[in-house]
Amino acid sequence: MVKITINGRQIEAKEGMTILDAAASAGILIPTLCYLRDINEIGACRVCMVEVEGCAKLVTACNNKIWDGMVVYTNSPKVRESRRNNVELILSQHDCQCATCVRSGNCTLQTIANDLGILDLPFEKELPKTKWPMDFPLIRDAKKCIKCMRCVQICDKIQGLNIWDVAGTGSRTTVDVSKNRKIQDADCALCGQCITHCPVGALRERDDIQKVLDVLADPEKITIVQMAPAIRTAWGESLGLSREFATAKRLVAALRQIGFQYIFDTTFGADLTIMEEGSEFLEKIKNEENEKFPMFTSCCPGWVRFMKSQYPDMADQLSTAKSPQQMFGAIAKSYYAKLLNVEPEKICSISIMPCIAKKQEAALPTMNSAGAGQDVDIVLTTREIVRLIRSEHILVENLKEEEFDMPLGMGSGAGVIFGATGGVMEAALRSAYYLLTGRNPDPDSFSKVRGMDGWKEAEFNLAGKTVKVAIASGLGNTRRLMKAIRKGKVSYHFVEIMACPGGCVGGGGQPIKDGKEFAKERGSVLYGLDKVNHLRFSHENLAVQKCYQDYLGEPLSHLAHELLHTDHHAWKMPGEEK
Amino acid sequence: MSRLSIVTQNKAQKTVEELYKDLERRISASPSGLCPVDLAASFLKLCHAQSCGKCVPCRVGLGQLEKLMEKVLDGEAQLDTITLIEKTAKNIFYSADCAIGYEAAKMVLKGIKGFRDDFEEHILRGRCKMELNQPVPCVSQCPAGVDIPGYIALVAEGRYGDAVRLIRKDNPLPAVCGLICEHPCEVRCRRTLIDDPVNIRGLKRFAVDHAGEVPLPVPAVSTGKKIAVIGGGPGGISAAYYLALMGHDVTIFEQRKKLGGMLRYGIPNYRLPREILDQEIKHLLSIGIHVKTEITVGENPSIVDLRKEYDAVYIAIGAQTDRKIGMEGEDAKGVISAVEMLRSIGDEEMPDFAGKDIIVIGGGNVAMDVARSAIRLGAKRLRIAYRRRAADMTAMQEEVEGAVAEGCELLDLHAPLRIEKDQEGNVAALWVKPQIIGPVQNGRPIPMDSEQEDLRLACDLVIVAIGQGIESKAFAEQGIPVKRGVIDALGWSGINTKDITGVFAGGDCVTGPATVIRAIAAGKVAAANIDDYLGYHHTISSDVEIPEVRLDDRKSCARVNMRERQASERAKDFQLIEQGMTLEEANQEARRCLRCDHFGFGCLKGGRVEKW
Repeated sequence: MVKITINGRQIEAKEGMTILDAAASAGILIPTLCYLRDINEIGACRVCMVEVEGCAKLVTACNNKIWDGMVVYTNSPKVRESRRNNVELILSQHDCQCATCVRSGNCTLQTIANDLGILDLPFEKELPKTKWPMDFPLIRDAKKCIKCMRCVQICDKIQGLNIWDVAGTGSRTTVDVSKNRKIQDADCALCGQCITHCPVGALRERDDIQKVLDVLADPEKITIVQMAPAIRTAWGESLGLSREFATAKRLVAALRQIGFQYIFDTTFGADLTIMEEGSEFLEKIKNEENEKFPMFTSCCPGWVRFMKSQYPDMADQLSTAKSPQQMFGAIAKSYYAKLLNVEPEKICSISIMPCIAKKQEAALPTMNSAGAGQDVDIVLTTREIVRLIRSEHILVENLKEEEFDMPLGMGSGAGVIFGATGGVMEAALRSAYYLLTGRNPDPDSFSKVRGMDGWKEAEFNLAGKTVKVAIASGLGNTRRLMKAIRKGKVSYHFVEIMACPGGCVGGGGQPIKDGKEFAKERGSVLYGLDKVNHLRFSHENLAVQKCYQDYLGEPLSHLAHELLHTDHHAWKMPGEEK
Repeated sequence: MSRLSIVTQNKAQKTVEELYKDLERRISASPSGLCPVDLAASFLKLCHAQSCGKCVPCRVGLGQLEKLMEKVLDGEAQLDTITLIEKTAKNIFYSADCAIGYEAAKMVLKGIKGFRDDFEEHILRGRCKMELNQPVPCVSQCPAGVDIPGYIALVAEGRYGDAVRLIRKDNPLPAVCGLICEHPCEVRCRRTLIDDPVNIRGLKRFAVDHAGEVPLPVPAVSTGKKIAVIGGGPGGISAAYYLALMGHDVTIFEQRKKLGGMLRYGIPNYRLPREILDQEIKHLLSIGIHVKTEITVGENPSIVDLRKEYDAVYIAIGAQTDRKIGMEGEDAKGVISAVEMLRSIGDEEMPDFAGKDIIVIGGGNVAMDVARSAIRLGAKRLRIAYRRRAADMTAMQEEVEGAVAEGCELLDLHAPLRIEKDQEGNVAALWVKPQIIGPVQNGRPIPMDSEQEDLRLACDLVIVAIGQGIESKAFAEQGIPVKRGVIDALGWSGINTKDITGVFAGGDCVTGPATVIRAIAAGKVAAANIDDYLGYHHTISSDVEIPEVRLDDRKSCARVNMRERQASERAKDFQLIEQGMTLEEANQEARRCLRCDHFGFGCLKGGRVEKW
C-alpha cells in the first residue's frame, strides 16, 4: 500500500494502481472517455487529466500509476479548464445530432458534456466527409467518430481480426478499415464488438425497424417472429427493467402489443439444430477413420465468416447444419406455412438476434430453402427491438407475461443455453449421450463446458467412447485454438466456437453499457432457465418430435438436408478464392 | 532625427528568431510515416507567409496552390487538379521575382514528382497510404529495433545488467555498439523538440561499462540442426548468436586469424579497444558457437560442400576488398590501401610510419581511421586530400574534428590526379587538381575542376581510402546470384534461385559497405528466417521488466556530450579516446528520455516489440 493525497484527502491505495483506480477506491470519480480497462489505456481523449504536484503538465489518470506521497488534484482550476476545453474540442469534431442518434441517452460523450454543463461551443464545427455503404450490416459514421481507438483495439486485442486501423496522419487522422480496404472487401466477421465498445454513435447496426413497420402495415402479410435465447437475458437492460422482470414471456407480451402475429422461440430452432448437428456428429464418430476431426459448430455466423476467411481449407469441417435462426426460418416458411395453410410467400419471417452477423447470414443467397424468398426476411438486434418497443410507447413495467405461440414456441433448456459459450456443446452432448445409449444422462453431467474461459476443453465418455471437445469464445481465443489444432498441438472430436466473448449473450447486437461486460451475468440467466425447464433435452422437445414425425421424417433425411443444412462453399467471403 | 540608426531587434523579431530555431529542431526530428501531401501543404503555407506580397505569382499563386492541395487532402479534388497544381507551380517557378516565390513553387513540383501516387490516392480513394508502423522514433531509426526507451529507463534506475540483457534481445553486441555505433537512433529523437537528442550511444556505453559480466540466456533445447555462418564479423556473429540461442548447432567460418571482421580489421583500437571486442565475442561464443578460423569458404570448402554438410548457410562475408582509384602511378611503392593497412593493424602487425610525410585520399570514416592511425604510427605530416568540401565528407563530423585536432591537415577541394614516382619507383608526390564546388545534385554538391594550376604535393606515402568492395567471385561461380558486385539476396536474407535452397546472405556483402548496426540487424533477420526455414518458430524475448514512466521529465536540459582524451595526449597511443559519462551525467541524461514507448502513439500501437 502507498499513501497518496487526492484533493486534500489522504488515502491508502495499492501500489501499481492507476490514479484513476486509486481515486475511485476513495470514492472520487474522474471522468473518462476513450478509456476501456485493459483494452484501451492510451490517454487519447485527455478528459481524465489530473494535476500532480511536482509535474508542470497535467497527467492522464487512466494510464499513469500512483507513487508513494503523490499529491493529486482532480478538480483544480487548471484541471477544470483543461478537461472542459478538451471536451469542447472533441465536440467541435463530433456531429452532435443527439436527437436523432441511436446512442442518445447512452453516449459517454453526451454524458460528459452534460455533466460539465457545456452549453455552447467556442469552436467552429469541423466534420469530415466520408462515404459508407449504408446497406452494410455494420455502419460507421465518421462524423461521429471521436478517434478514441477502442474499435481498433477491441478488434486487434480481443477479436484478432484487425479490421480497423488508424488512418492518415496529422489533422486528418481518423479510424478506417485497415489496409486501405473498403468494409465490403474486408474479412470482418461482423461480430459487432466494435459497436458495443464504441462510446458514441459512430458505430451501429443497420437499422431495419422501418422494414418491420412496413410489413406490419401490410394486411396481406403474416408476421412470424422468433427470438434468440440471449434476448431474454438483456432486453430489459436499457429499459430500466431488472433481469428477473424482463423475461422472455414479458417480451412476448410487448411484441403482441406491437402487432406481431405469431411469436416463437429460436430455442425451437436450437433443439432442431441439436437433432441435425448431433446426428451429423454421431455419423462422423461412427465413421471415425474416414472423417476429418474436429467437427466445428456452425451456429455462429461470425465464426463461419471467420473460418471461411481465415482458414478456408478447414471450412469443410464445419457442421453443415444451419444455425437455429435459419433452421427456424426454413421451417416457418415450409412446415408452419402448411400448418397455417397459407402460401409461404405471405409470411414475413422476422428474427430478434443479439447479433450483427445474423443480418448478413439471413441475406445469404443460400438461405432461401423454403422457396419463398429469404427464409428469414428481417433480422432485428436486441437494441433495435428495444427501440421499437420505445417507439410504440409501451409501458413495459405494466406488462404481464404472455405465452409463446405454439408449436414453434416450445424449447428445451438445452436449446436455451445455446446463447452462452459452451451451451451448444452441452446441449449436443446431452442428446448425443441419449442417441448412443438410448437413455438420458443427468442433464448436468456435462457442466464442465460452462464458464467464461475463452478456451475450454473437456473429455467425456459416451457409451464407451471417449469424446474430446473444446469450446472457444471470442475470435482471438478462437485463433489461438485454431493455430494449436493446425500445429497438431491439440486434437478434438468436436469444437464449439462463438465469435463474441462469452457467446451470444455478449453479442454485438446486445444492449450497450459503456465499460461493462454483462456476458457472464446474462449467461447465468440462461443456465437458470435451463435448470427450471421441465425439458432438459432437445430430443424431448415434443414440437420438434412432431415436426419430424409429420414433416421432416428423421434427422438427416432428404428433406431435413434440403431445409436444415447448407453448403458453406456456395457463397464467398471477401478474398476467399472463387 | 538622426540620419542613421542602429537596427536592433524588437521583442517580436527576437521571439520569431527563437521560433525559427524551435521549428528547425522540430523539422530535424520529424517522425517518419507522415502524409507527404499534408506536409507539403504545410510547408507551402510557411512559404506563403514568407512572401513580401509584391508579386502576383507568389502572393496569389502560392495561396491558390494551398487551396488546391487542401482540396486534394479533403478528397474533393479530381485528377486534373494535379495538372492545375503543376501548371500553376510551373508558372510561379518561371515568373516569380525572387527565390521566396520560385523556390516555394519548386518544392511543390518536387512533391508532385516524388509522391504523385499519394496525391492520387487522396483524390481517388480519399485516403492516405502512409502508415505509422513504428511510432517510437529511436526504435524506428535503429535497424536492429533495439528497445531504446526501455534500456534508457533501466539505466536511469541503475539497473545496468538488465539494460544489457534488454539490448541483447535485439543486438548481441552492446559493448561494441556502445563505442562505435553510428547511432541513427539519435537522428530523430523527439527530445530534440525540447532541446537536443538524447545521447543514446553514450548511455548504452555507460550501461555496458557498469554492468559487469551479464550472463547470457539459456539456449532453447537443441534442434540438432547444423548451420554454417560464413564470416565472423558483426553480422555473422549476430546471426550465429541468435541461431544458437534458438537451439541450433552453429559454426562460424572465418577467413582471418580472429573473429570480428571490420570491428577488428577496420576499426582502430583507439575507437574500439581489442580487449572489449575480444571479451564480447568470447562471451557470445560461450553459448556454444563453434569457430573455424583461417578458412576461406568459396575456395575450400565451396559453398556447395558446406550446404551439403549443413542444414542452412548464412553468407556474411562483408565488404573486405579495397577499391582502386584508377590513376597513373597507383602501382608506386608506398601506395597503400586503407583496407590492407587496417587489416595488418588488426593482426597487430604495426607498420612503421616514423618520420613519413603521408597523404590519405578519401573523406569517409575509413579515411579518418587510417589518417589518425598513421599519426599514431609516427607520421611526421599527415594530409587528407578530398575532392569536395570538408563539410561534404561522409565521415562523421566528430571523426573529422578528431583527426584535425590530432594534427591531420584537410586538403579539401583537391582531386587526386596522379602519383609521381622517383627513379626507384617510390612515391615522390601526389598531384592534385584544385576544385571549385558546383551544383547540388541529389543532395550532394559536385566538385568541378577549377582554373587553378595543378598542384604537386610532395610526400612519402599515399594511403587510398575510397571505399570497399565485395569478394563475390567465388560465390558467383557456384551459382550464388551476384548483381552489381553484391550478393543478390531478398529483404528476408533468402537467396532465391531454383537450385539453391537454405542459403541466406546479409550485411555488407548484400548492401555494400554500411554500418555495424546494419550488419547486426541483417544477422537478426537472417536468424529468424533461417529458423523458420528449418521449420521452427523460436521466439527471442527478454524477461526484463521495464520501469514505469516518470511524469516529471520534460523540463529543458541540454545533452551531455562525450568527452575525449586531450588530442596531444591521445595522438601518441592507440588507447581508447572516448571517456564514458560520469554517474551524475548518465543519471541526468537518462532522465531526459521522453519515453515515446508510453507517451504519444507508443501506448496505442508499436510502443514495444516484446519478442521476435
